[in-house]
Amino acid sequence: MINNLIVSGSPHIHKQESVSRIMWTVVLSTIPAGIAGVIIFGLDALWVILVAVIAAVLTEAVFEIWSKKKVTVMDGSAVITGILLAYNLPPNVPLWLPIIGAVFSIAVGKQVFGGLGQNIFNPALVGRVFLMASWPKYMTTFVKPLSYDAITSATPLAALKEGKILEHISYLDLFLGKRGGCIGEVCILALLIGAAILLYKGYISWHIPMTYILTTAVFTYIFGAKQLFHGDWLFHILSGGLILGAFFMATDYVATPLTINGQIVFGIGCGLLTAIIRIWGGYPEGVSYAILIMNAATPFIDRYTKNRIYGTS
Amino acid sequence: MRDLFKEFTKGIIKENPTFVLALGLCPTLAVSVSVANAIGMGVAATFVLLGSSVIISLAKNFIPNKIRIPCFIVIIATFVTIIELCLKAYSPVLDRALGIYVPLIVVNCIVLGRAEAFACKNNLISSFFDGLGMGVGFTLALILISAIREFLGSGQILGHTLIKGFEPIFVFGMPSGALLVIGLLLGLFNLIKNRKT
Repeated sequence: MINNLIVSGSPHIHKQESVSRIMWTVVLSTIPAGIAGVIIFGLDALWVILVAVIAAVLTEAVFEIWSKKKVTVMDGSAVITGILLAYNLPPNVPLWLPIIGAVFSIAVGKQVFGGLGQNIFNPALVGRVFLMASWPKYMTTFVKPLSYDAITSATPLAALKEGKILEHISYLDLFLGKRGGCIGEVCILALLIGAAILLYKGYISWHIPMTYILTTAVFTYIFGAKQLFHGDWLFHILSGGLILGAFFMATDYVATPLTINGQIVFGIGCGLLTAIIRIWGGYPEGVSYAILIMNAATPFIDRYTKNRIYGTS
Repeated sequence: MRDLFKEFTKGIIKENPTFVLALGLCPTLAVSVSVANAIGMGVAATFVLLGSSVIISLAKNFIPNKIRIPCFIVIIATFVTIIELCLKAYSPVLDRALGIYVPLIVVNCIVLGRAEAFACKNNLISSFFDGLGMGVGFTLALILISAIREFLGSGQILGHTLIKGFEPIFVFGMPSGALLVIGLLLGLFNLIKNRKT
């Protein structure tokens, strides 16, 4: 009887949540987009995803054994980094590319800072930007959707940047993912299913994704066309990696602000940067750079959006 | 004699200007794109270090303490001008590659740092070996960084292709690559240092 009475400090009510439970749920929520990517681009996409995940997990394990830390590969955080990195790659890259990207993501993006919870940038995006700067040729060659034989085609955003008239691409095609692009970013429907799981479980809040998407929409509506207030905002939401970035990468727990006010500032900043890069920048797509730049700004946002302690002025 | 040897070797590992003192990072970041540039920059900086250390240790008794920094700068600038004119005359290609970073040796914190921390307090011979050691340490650090960057960024070392079929990692040829390599090497040096103690 006495053994059942536990005297301890608060909190007294425990929820069965843990880091690994959250991470594996995030992994689960990314699976629809992965299935959609494999359906749209064929088995090449599956190999890229598998190779990236295996490389990420192995790197994490090797690094933690080498630095004599507890091996935490089973908590799923390396798996999610590998998945998100693969989702940010074109489906027809040579397979050494995701390996190097995943090793860089985990080693330089995460472990040199001290592992899970210490990284200042989103590790998957660090890997993607490294690959983008190193092998732009592979990173910007996209295959045509549903062709399965490596016919290259430009992404809608790249076509827009080059001033080409978009070849009859409807909003429905964009929504279902019938377009050139990275593996995990194309099928908006699948991404929204995953996002719904995360929002329902309360693992992400709506503040960052909503402010991010809305800011991008408003900004591209105002400045996206030659005439003010004529931009195709729906096109900008549905193309590129905006939905993937907003729900799965801008909501990284570690590298984003803690308070709700801070998260709103973060989302608006991401949205502004994405729209600015897309409209006036050198790259057709700016989601990854926008999120990384705002990751760097996160400590300052946190400092200026601290909640007032109750009872103080 | 053993003390002099110590003055020389401390600049190479124990007080390496780049990896331990973290001085002179600006030219290190800028010129470490290729090994040839790194050697040129290292030799130029070593010459300036050596000359200025010797002259400053000789003149230390005449220099009023209050205006010592301007005096050091004048002495250093003299040697920088010598090496700059020599480079322009004998190796215009290297001069163009190094560009503004040769004149900027004047304000290189390694040179001024050694003048302030060592040469103005020690005699001629130990200052000579201190300057030489620091110069060699700086050159070796530059060569190490630039060898990594040139190999990864273009697949070559001193213009020779080492591995056929190697796909160069462009990022290491860019400024961000310089920051990455220096950051990782600094971390590695600290790791080795911590393991030892």
